[in-house]
Amino acid sequence: MSSVTFVTHEGESHEVPLDDDRSLMQIAVDNGVPGIDGDCGGEAACGTCHIVVDPAWTDTVGMSTEVEEEMLAMNPERHPTSRLACQMTAAEKWDGLVVQVPEFQM
Amino acid sequence: MTMKTLSQTIISTMRSAGDSVQSAAEAAQSALPMNVLLRGAQLYDKTRRMVTGDDKIFTETPIPPAADVALADIDLSNPFLYRQGRWAEYAERVRNEAPVHFRPESPFGPFWSVTRHADIITVDKNHEVFSAEPFIIIGEPPRFMDVAMFIAMDPPRHDQQRAAVQGVVAPKNLREMEGLIRSRVREVLDDLPTDRPFNWVQDVSIELTARMLATLLDFPYDQRRKLVEWSDLAGSMEQANGGQSDNDEVFRGMLDAAKGLSALWHDKAARRAAGEEPGFDLITMLQSNEDTKDLIDRPMEFLGNLILLIIGGNDTTRNSMSGGVLALNRFPDQFEKLKANPDLIPNMVSEIIRWQTPLAYMRRVATCDTILNGQFIRKGDKLVMWYASGNRDERVFDRPEELIIDRKNARNHIAFGFGVHRCMGNRLAELQLRILWEELLPRFENIEVVDEPEYVQSNFVRGISKLMVRLTPKAEVS
Repeated sequence: MSSVTFVTHEGESHEVPLDDDRSLMQIAVDNGVPGIDGDCGGEAACGTCHIVVDPAWTDTVGMSTEVEEEMLAMNPERHPTSRLACQMTAAEKWDGLVVQVPEFQM
Repeated sequence: MTMKTLSQTIISTMRSAGDSVQSAAEAAQSALPMNVLLRGAQLYDKTRRMVTGDDKIFTETPIPPAADVALADIDLSNPFLYRQGRWAEYAERVRNEAPVHFRPESPFGPFWSVTRHADIITVDKNHEVFSAEPFIIIGEPPRFMDVAMFIAMDPPRHDQQRAAVQGVVAPKNLREMEGLIRSRVREVLDDLPTDRPFNWVQDVSIELTARMLATLLDFPYDQRRKLVEWSDLAGSMEQANGGQSDNDEVFRGMLDAAKGLSALWHDKAARRAAGEEPGFDLITMLQSNEDTKDLIDRPMEFLGNLILLIIGGNDTTRNSMSGGVLALNRFPDQFEKLKANPDLIPNMVSEIIRWQTPLAYMRRVATCDTILNGQFIRKGDKLVMWYASGNRDERVFDRPEELIIDRKNARNHIAFGFGVHRCMGNRLAELQLRILWEELLPRFENIEVVDEPEYVQSNFVRGISKLMVRLTPKAEVS
């Protein structure tokens, strides 16, 4: 079964099943991954599912979209490969993906 | 010329004079010192009131039950709805019978009420169609008091100004602040009387938020209550949101605020020039940012943004600190649940913010014709997103009137707003509330509300002005 790994600020790894067609935010919340809040429920309107994609994976999962930038642009913690997990619909080819969870969601 | 036409002539002359002063102000605002601007504003407002004879806009009268009022006659802008305990039933009716509700007449002009959680998110997210300019409160502040705030600006100007101050609540700062907040909470709690009732709002909620604000601004600590006073005045203007501030007092307060905050700015600049290390306060951040380092030269913007940050950190946290105590008294089984399981505190903090919803709404203006949940909204229409109603939406929250401290989706509350204007201080607010409850639980067996609370007059601030409580200390503090 394919999987995705969320690495917390403290360096803890949470490897969880990667279900196709669901957002990384939903996958994280449903599997109890700490540090992903998803307050707005997946509308890209709160910025509390911020993650940083391992640069090796950006070609596969893509960079942040315009709608994500609205929330990410003002975040002092943002990185070049920052994304909102709710806007990332999982795909089979993402098997093995690694993302970092920031220390705080803003 | 009759009296009426004479007064109309005077008013229109004053208006056009006002307009030219205002347009001149846009260009040459920097040439006028803030106190001159504000004194002119006060004089203008006084003269206008003398000529038009309008004094108080609102007089409190008993509000009938929501079921006795025709749907079309419901006016959610009535500033006494919350105080009289009628808010919930009125909002519930609108939410379920006409979720996007038009009110053609009100003391604040015609407006739409957006009352469902999902519709509010739709409006809040779409800043291109629903503009935050020129104000986020339902009415208009008195002329010339309409200071510029980034909460009432659209991108890109909003983003530039907000980015300059966002860092004050960045994780690095929150980490530094946590210890300080905890020690202050302890000081305040250790001094509370346990032998007699006292007003929780004054002694805890206001005191703690005043201390926090003084820290955020690096404001003289012994004068911290001034920040509260300014914020209360600026946040309760009658024309703006049905508040009860006396206009003369507001002007005097704003003049005092302008002087105090300018002095703070210049003092900080002088200290930095003399080699002082940069602090983590807001003034330092504004002075270190390219877009805002000259903010003092744009006086109304300077005043507006600082007042915004002060209000943002004042009423909201204060009323959540009071509201939590009130809610746990209304739902005593939840207090027992909390005592049995203090790990619920973080989730309870979100639930308290949902239950209280300290700011009732934000307002927007449609920039083009559009359709919202089946209603045709015209360009220029005013929309009020009632967060206080969205947080009671039965479609999202089960038994929404109840405080349920382990509510699964408490974090989906809408009290911080969504989209680019989402509350900047949300994490700081949660941090303060969490620490308060972490420090309360080991000290007190009970916090009993001993009298009916008193509420603020406003359609914007859902405020508790008096909450008499009696504390029962723990037999042994472990």
